[in-house]
Amino acid sequence: MSVVHPSPTGLQPILKPQAHHAPGNFFTKYIFSTDHKIIAIQFLFTTLLMLIVGGALALAVRWQLAFPWESMPIVGPWLFSAEAGQISPEFYTMLFTMHATVMIFLVIIPILAGTFGNLLIPLMIGADDMAFPKLNMLSYWFIWPAIICFGMSFAYAGGPAAGWTAYPVLADLPQAAPGSGTAQTLWLLGVTFVGFSSMMGSINYMTTIINMRAPGMTFFRLPLTIWGLFITAILQAFALPVLTAGGFMQVTDRLLGTCFFYPSGLIINNADPTIGGGQPLLWQHLFWFYSHPAVYIMLLPVMGMISDMLSCMVRKPIFGYRPMIFSMSAIASLGFIVWGHHMFTSGMNPAVGMAFMVATMMIALPSAVKTFNWTATVWGGKVEFNTVTLNCIGFLSMFVVGGLSGIFMAAIPVDVYFHDTYFIVAHFHYVLFGATLFGVFAGIHFWFPKMFGRMMNEKLGKTHFLLTFIGANGTFFPMHFLGMQGMPRRYADPYLHGYLEHLLPMNQFMTISAILMGSAQILLFINIFYSMFFGPKAGRNPWNATTLEWTAPSPPPHGNFDEPPIVFHGPNEYAVHNGDKDFLMQTEKECEPPKPSDTEPENKDNDNQETSS
Amino acid sequence: MGKGWCLFFLFWPVAAVVSCAMAPMVGWSFPYDNAQAASNLGIRIDGLFYLILFVTAVVFVGTQAVLVYALWRGSSNRDERATCTHGNHKLELIWSIIPGVILLFLALYQMNLWADFRIKKFFPEAAVKAPIAEVTARQFEWRFRYPAIGKKLQPKPQADDLYSVNELHVPFGKPVMIQLRSEDVQHSFFLPALRIKQDALPGLQIPVWFEANKEGVYDLVCAELCGWGHYKMKAHVIVESEADYQNYLKNLTQQQFYDGLGKIAANENDSESEATEK
Repeated sequence: MSVVHPSPTGLQPILKPQAHHAPGNFFTKYIFSTDHKIIAIQFLFTTLLMLIVGGALALAVRWQLAFPWESMPIVGPWLFSAEAGQISPEFYTMLFTMHATVMIFLVIIPILAGTFGNLLIPLMIGADDMAFPKLNMLSYWFIWPAIICFGMSFAYAGGPAAGWTAYPVLADLPQAAPGSGTAQTLWLLGVTFVGFSSMMGSINYMTTIINMRAPGMTFFRLPLTIWGLFITAILQAFALPVLTAGGFMQVTDRLLGTCFFYPSGLIINNADPTIGGGQPLLWQHLFWFYSHPAVYIMLLPVMGMISDMLSCMVRKPIFGYRPMIFSMSAIASLGFIVWGHHMFTSGMNPAVGMAFMVATMMIALPSAVKTFNWTATVWGGKVEFNTVTLNCIGFLSMFVVGGLSGIFMAAIPVDVYFHDTYFIVAHFHYVLFGATLFGVFAGIHFWFPKMFGRMMNEKLGKTHFLLTFIGANGTFFPMHFLGMQGMPRRYADPYLHGYLEHLLPMNQFMTISAILMGSAQILLFINIFYSMFFGPKAGRNPWNATTLEWTAPSPPPHGNFDEPPIVFHGPNEYAVHNGDKDFLMQTEKECEPPKPSDTEPENKDNDNQETSS
Repeated sequence: MGKGWCLFFLFWPVAAVVSCAMAPMVGWSFPYDNAQAASNLGIRIDGLFYLILFVTAVVFVGTQAVLVYALWRGSSNRDERATCTHGNHKLELIWSIIPGVILLFLALYQMNLWADFRIKKFFPEAAVKAPIAEVTARQFEWRFRYPAIGKKLQPKPQADDLYSVNELHVPFGKPVMIQLRSEDVQHSFFLPALRIKQDALPGLQIPVWFEANKEGVYDLVCAELCGWGHYKMKAHVIVESEADYQNYLKNLTQQQFYDGLGKIAANENDSESEATEK
């Protein structure tokens, strides 16, 4: 089935197959592996484990909001025997802090860059491995010190309780929050380790994509997945050092008393006024300079993956390949100059807010273009509703909600009201859970055969999607209403305030939806572990897809390809006349001349456009 | 089965639109039973909100309808092949320019509102000249410092200043300004009914102005995570007529400077009769 053209004119393979030494024993093959596919699988299982942890933390938060101060069922008496199973307000702050930390730093960023980046970059560009396999291995193993730091800070040292944004002075002065002495320092250390991991990954991805593309794989023939990952790697490399620097400053504030982030004269816990000279706003600038682009780090790879998967599932080329790339680049570059929209109420000069507002409004534009292009890709397609398609459509519809609620945030006067209320929580859960995780689910189902050589179960997959989609909307949509009614985030007991008293039933409904959504994930895990061993065997190309990874065996051996692939055209050539097939793999030179009866002039026009523009 | 999934995906936008349309009727909208904002600026903010809601609703319904229709058609596509197209420059241009214009309009449209809201040059002059109180946030309460009757608020506390905790009185019908500061960590001054929110930053004194347009008792909460007791920073802003407000200040003066002997020590303006009333 694999179609490799031996030696076309002018194109010489640049890589030697099996350039790396094949792994020897179990230890070097599965644990300290330098093979990008094994590292991807390591990342996958680690992040899925962390997904369970983060999800459990979220359910504990939701429990408190639905049944405030009531004993948590099952785990409550065991976890907090002193409080008779109650969640204390101190513990509640740790719960949501760690929920965000785990989900962002240990689930979403590593599952995208770590799992899909590792698995797909070499396979999709036709390389035998990453540019720096040992660095790649290290980038996985740096996740573990981070997990240990976060775990220790949570379990043994009282727990970081300043939110994942770690705003000073609360996060900066050890006496500002109970139990946040060592815990907060450990937390900062954990973030730094994750940062190292991401940094090593992003250097590796950039180098690999720039240097190791197969012959014929020009930049404008790269699959959009690779474009998404490439732009993400660039974002990481430029934004992350700022967070790391800020993190170090906060660590020295805490340990050495450098006072970067707090002014003089604060009286905390009736202690003596602090010496200072710093400014909490500085941290917000440093933090959001990374953390706003981080939003796109958590979204752009999915945007790319969805483009490729959707195009394959509806058997149509992606609508507007180049506009898709340009819009991704626009999102990334605008992403660098909009961090201030997290700070409209912060006390930063309000005049600066206007500039941030206009930039933020404009970032909605490329996102809109992408949405329209995806919809246009579906238009006129041949849709089969399998699990991958469903998750892609799930992505699309939830991304639209999350994107549109972003416009309220960009409008400063409206944002001032919504800032730090549940409206914001609704917005980013629609984007990060709704969009990103559905994209990840689709990606897992789509590339599972390439990872393990077996197909996943469709019935389980569809049920998982159905329950997750219902649960997600039931949990996150009412958050918009909570926000409109002015319910602030991070409240252990909002019902204390007169104007929020009546919100209890709505919160209970959301908690029930969250439990449904959480339990649905069990199906995903069953599906993954069952299919890994007992799923039907997949051939090289079970989806009839066009990109390079499908020319390799499933799972690909060490060194990936039988022969180095050579690329002849763009990544999504579906709906073509290629014998009895409707697709043209990137390694296939050309299709049969179409029968005169069904020539399609559009096709020719666009081929011309591709070359001329 | 494909059609079933199309209906499934159709259900959600319909449910979303229905629940949004229902929201004001069942009390899911802005606080206090969907009452109008209690400040004139708040009413303008609500107007901007509804404008954006209208625009986004149209886009939302439009894109979802097209998506579901495309899926419906695609799922019954029995042809050998899908339509082959790589894109269309004209369409790309149309759907870049139209949203661009709308977004730019929204951006420019709100500039004035934002300037009136926050940029000090545009604040009402009377309010800027005489801030009515200094609001100090601390873990986990709000403290208010008013100047003595007839005096101006000074940056440093004065001997005759008036103090209260968790209860701020302001007159309605005229713009008032407060000076916001924090004593320890970051807090946020959030008055949902008036659509006012401003972070209190340690080390900074931030002016906030508002004009309440009707009497009432409004919740004042903290919107920025400030520690384990964040949720219980509970205070009220009492908006009352100018006369009631002056009365309140008088009572506060009397309470604060009552020396236990029936004399008012600090404030010479007050007559003895008022002191004996007490």
